[in-house]
Amino acid sequence: MMPLLRHARYVLSENPVTGLAFGLFTLFLIAAIFGPLIAPYNPLQSDAVNTLKPPTWAHPFGTDQLGRDIFSRVLVAARLDLSIAFASVILAFLLGALSGVAAGYFGGWTDRIVGRLADTIMAFPLFVLAMGIVAALGNKVINIVIATAIINFPLYVRVARAEANVRRDAGFVEAARLSGNGEARVLLGHVLPNIMPIMMVQMSLTMGYAILNAAGLSFIGLGVRPPDAEWGIMVADGANFIQSGEWWVAFFPGVTLMLAVFCFNLLGDGLRDIIDPRQRT
Amino acid sequence: MLKLLLSRLATAIPSIAGVIVVTFMLTRLLPGDPAAYFAGLAASPQAIAEVRTKLGLDKSLPEQFVGYIVDLAHGNLGNSLSTGQPVVAEIVNRLPASAELTLVALFLAVGIAIPLGVLAAVKQGTWIDHLCRIVTTAGVSLPVFFTGLLMAYVFYYLLQIAPAPTGRLDAFLSAPTDITGFYLIDSILTGNLETFRGALSQLALPAISMAIFSLAPLARMTRGSMLSVLNSDFVRTARASGLAPRTVVFTYAFRNAVLPVITTLGMVFSFLLGANVLVETVFAWPGIGLYAVNALLTSDYAPVQGFVLAMAVLYIALNLLIDLLYGLVDPRVRLDS
Amino acid sequence: MVAIPALAVEDLSVEFRTRSGVVKVLDHVGFTVEKGETVALVGESGSGKSVTAFAVMGILDAAGKVTSGRAMFGGSDLLAQSERDLAELRGRELSMIFQNPRTALNPIRRVGQQIADVLVRHGGATRPDAPREAIKMLKKVRIPDPERRAEAYPFELSGGMCQRIMIAIALACRPALLIADEPTTGLDVTTQAVIMDLIGELGRDSGMATIFITHDLGLAAEYCDRIVVMHAGHIVESAPSRALFANARHPYSAKLLAATPGETASLASLVSIPGGLPDLRRADLPACRYSGRCERLTDACAQPLPHKTVGERHDVACWNPL
Repeated sequence: MMPLLRHARYVLSENPVTGLAFGLFTLFLIAAIFGPLIAPYNPLQSDAVNTLKPPTWAHPFGTDQLGRDIFSRVLVAARLDLSIAFASVILAFLLGALSGVAAGYFGGWTDRIVGRLADTIMAFPLFVLAMGIVAALGNKVINIVIATAIINFPLYVRVARAEANVRRDAGFVEAARLSGNGEARVLLGHVLPNIMPIMMVQMSLTMGYAILNAAGLSFIGLGVRPPDAEWGIMVADGANFIQSGEWWVAFFPGVTLMLAVFCFNLLGDGLRDIIDPRQRT
Repeated sequence: MLKLLLSRLATAIPSIAGVIVVTFMLTRLLPGDPAAYFAGLAASPQAIAEVRTKLGLDKSLPEQFVGYIVDLAHGNLGNSLSTGQPVVAEIVNRLPASAELTLVALFLAVGIAIPLGVLAAVKQGTWIDHLCRIVTTAGVSLPVFFTGLLMAYVFYYLLQIAPAPTGRLDAFLSAPTDITGFYLIDSILTGNLETFRGALSQLALPAISMAIFSLAPLARMTRGSMLSVLNSDFVRTARASGLAPRTVVFTYAFRNAVLPVITTLGMVFSFLLGANVLVETVFAWPGIGLYAVNALLTSDYAPVQGFVLAMAVLYIALNLLIDLLYGLVDPRVRLDS
Repeated sequence: MVAIPALAVEDLSVEFRTRSGVVKVLDHVGFTVEKGETVALVGESGSGKSVTAFAVMGILDAAGKVTSGRAMFGGSDLLAQSERDLAELRGRELSMIFQNPRTALNPIRRVGQQIADVLVRHGGATRPDAPREAIKMLKKVRIPDPERRAEAYPFELSGGMCQRIMIAIALACRPALLIADEPTTGLDVTTQAVIMDLIGELGRDSGMATIFITHDLGLAAEYCDRIVVMHAGHIVESAPSRALFANARHPYSAKLLAATPGETASLASLVSIPGGLPDLRRADLPACRYSGRCERLTDACAQPLPHKTVGERHDVACWNPL
C-alpha cells in the first residue's frame, strides 16, 4: 500500500490539476449530500414578482421564468444528476464486469454470446441507442439509468474480458483451482478482486460520460420531468431565453454540468495515472 | 482491396442483424402495450385495437418479427402519427440537412485536431502541447447543447454577427435547387452566392459546437500515436539517413501515426451522430435528429424507431468506410486479408 | 606524414536527464577510426556503445545532452554542426544500420521507395531515376529478384532480407563512415555471417571506414581490424584485434575474453564477470568505474584514470594493468 500512496503523492505533485479536480469533487459531494439543507431558497418555490431576474446578491445565479432561485436549483440538482450517473455506472460495472470476466475466463460460447451482445450495442451510435431505450421503456428517471448503463456495458466487458483472459492461467488462479475451489468461487473470489483496480479506473473514466449522457437525455425532454431540478433540463429551460438575452437561466446550470464532467474526467485520468501508469498518454 | 471489402462486408452482416433484432425488441418485448405507443397518447381504446391489428401485434412474436423484416425489406418503417407521412420518406428528406451539418463538423474537427495533435507531439512540452492538453480534456467535458447555446448567445445576441439560431437558411432566402440536398454544394453549383453565404452563416455555429465536442478524442489520439511513432525505430532510421525533417514527420511518422486515428474515427462518429440530435434541437436544424426529438415529445413512436434504425445502419456503413480507409493506408491489412 | 583519420572522437561526454536524476552515460570517451578501417566497439549492454554512435550521428533522444567533446569528421566537428547541416551529412557521408531490421524499416512504405527516398534526398538520383537506382542497390546487397522485392513491404520479407535493405539504404550514397549497431542481433547464425561478409566486402570496395558495435568479442575479432572495449561509459582498452586477443591488459578486457566462447576455449573454462555495471546516477562515481568489480584494485585506482600506451596502437586506462 505504501508504494501506491507514494506514487499517488508523486502523481498529485506532478499534476496539480488532479488536486484541483479532487477539490471540485468534494464540493459536488457536499452539494449532493447537503444540497437541500444549504440551499437558500426552496428550489420549487415560484415567485411571480421576481421572474427572470439577472444575478444579484440575493439570487447569485438569478431567477428563472417562474421566479425560482437558480442557485438553489443548481445546488439541489447535484444529488439527482450525480445519483443517476453513479447508479448507471454501478449497474454497468455489475453487468459488464461479471459477464466480461466470465467471457474471458470461460471462453467458448460464453465469450461468443457476451461478445456478440457487446458488439451489437456498439453497432449503434451510443446516445441514439440511449434515446431509443428510454423512449421504449418509458419516460422515467430509472430508465435513464438503465439506458446509460447499457451503452456503457461494452466498455466494461472489453476491459474485464481482456484482464480475465490474461489472468485465467496465472499462478494464483491455478493455485486456487487446484486447492479445490469451484469455478464460480475462483472467478468471484480470485479473478474479480484482481481486476478491481482497473475497473475502478474505468468507472471513474465513464462517470463523466454518464453525467453528460443523462443530462443530454433530459435536455431533449426524456426522463426527468419538470419541475424537478436537473442540470440538463434547466439548460433546456434556459434555451428559450437565450435569444432574448436572459443568459443566466441556461448559463449557471450549464457551467455546473460542465465542471462536474470536467472534474470526473480529470479524476479518472488522475486515478489511471496512479493505478495504471502504463496507460498514461 | 476487393477481398478486404468483401471480408469487412461479411463482418457487417451480424451487426446489421443485431441492430434489426434490437430495434424490433425495443418496440415489442417491453412492458406496456406497443399498440398504445404506436397509437399515440390520446388514442381511444378502439384506435389502439385498430393499430394492434394493423401492426399485426395480435400475432405471435415470431410472426411479428417476420412481418417486421418483410416491412423493412420493402423500405417500410411505418407512418408518423402527427404528420401521417411515411417515416422513410421523412427521414430521406431530412437526411441531407443532418449529413451536411455532421460532415462539416467532422471536417472542422479533423482539420483542427490532427494538426494540433501532430504539433503537440513534435513540439512536446511547448505551449502548443499544453494547449492540446487543455483542448482534449476540456473538449470532452463540454455538453454540446450548452456550448451551442453559449455560442448562440455570444455571436447572435451579444455580437450580432451570427444569424438567429433557427434552421438552415434565413426566411428571406430561398433554398437552392435540390441537387445533392447539401445547401452549400447546391448553392455553389447553381451559382447562388447569396444563398451560399446565408447557408454557411447558419451552419457555422452548430457545426463548430459539434466539432469542439468531437475533436478532443482525435487530438488526444493523434498526439499520443504521433509521440510513440516519433520514438520508433524506423523514424530513427529515417533521421539517421538524413531525410529532411518534413519527410521524417509527414511521410514517415505521420502516415503511421494516422492509423490509430482512423480507428478513433469510429468513436468520433458515434459522438457526432449523438451530438447531432442535441445540436439540431438547439439550433432548430431541420434534420432527422430534430424529427426524432419532436416525435419523442408527442409519443409518436414509429419515427423514433425508424430514426434509431437509420442511425445504426448509417453508423455501421461509416465504420465499414473507416475499415476500408484503414486498409488503404496500411498495406499489412490490405495484403493480409 | 600522419594520415587524417576518418573519425576522431575526443573527450566525448554525454548525460541523460531522467526523472530519477542525471545519468552520466559517457565520460570523456575518445577513439579514432582510420580511413578504410573496421573498428569494433565492444562492451556489455549499458556500456554506452550505442549512445556513442547516436551522439556522433546527432540522433540522441531529447533527454540526452552532449556535455563535452568533439567528433572530427572530414575536417569539421560533427557535434558543433547545426541539425540542418548534420542532416545533410547523415545518409550521405555517414550512415548507420541498426539492430532489429524489421522494426527499423517503415512498415507501410515499399522498401524500394525507402531506398529511393535517401537517394533523392542526397542527390544520388533524380525522382524519376530513383526507382531504378534503388533496384541497383538491391542487386548490390544481393537480394534475389530485386525488381519484385523493391515493391515489397518490410512485413513481407525475412529479417535477413530486411537487414540487407537497411544496408542498401545506408550505403546508397557511398558514405565515408558506416556505423553498424549490432546489425546481426536477432538473425540466425548463417544469416549473420552473410550480413557481416556483405558489410565487410562493400566497405572494402569503397574504402569506407566502419564502426561495428557488438557485445560479441568473437564476431569483433573475426571482422574487425581493431577493438575498442567500453565499460560503463569509459573506454578501458583499445588495441588491434590480434594484440587484444594475445595480450589483453585491462582486467575487464581479460574477463571479457575469458567469457567469450572461442575455438580453443572449452565450455568449462568460460568465466562470468562478477558484479554489474555501477549506478551511473550516483554523484560519487569512482574514477575507475570498474573498480567495484575489479580483482586488481589498489589505492592508486582512486586517482583520475590514466591513459597508458602499452604497444603499437594499444592503449589501456588502468593503474594496475595485467
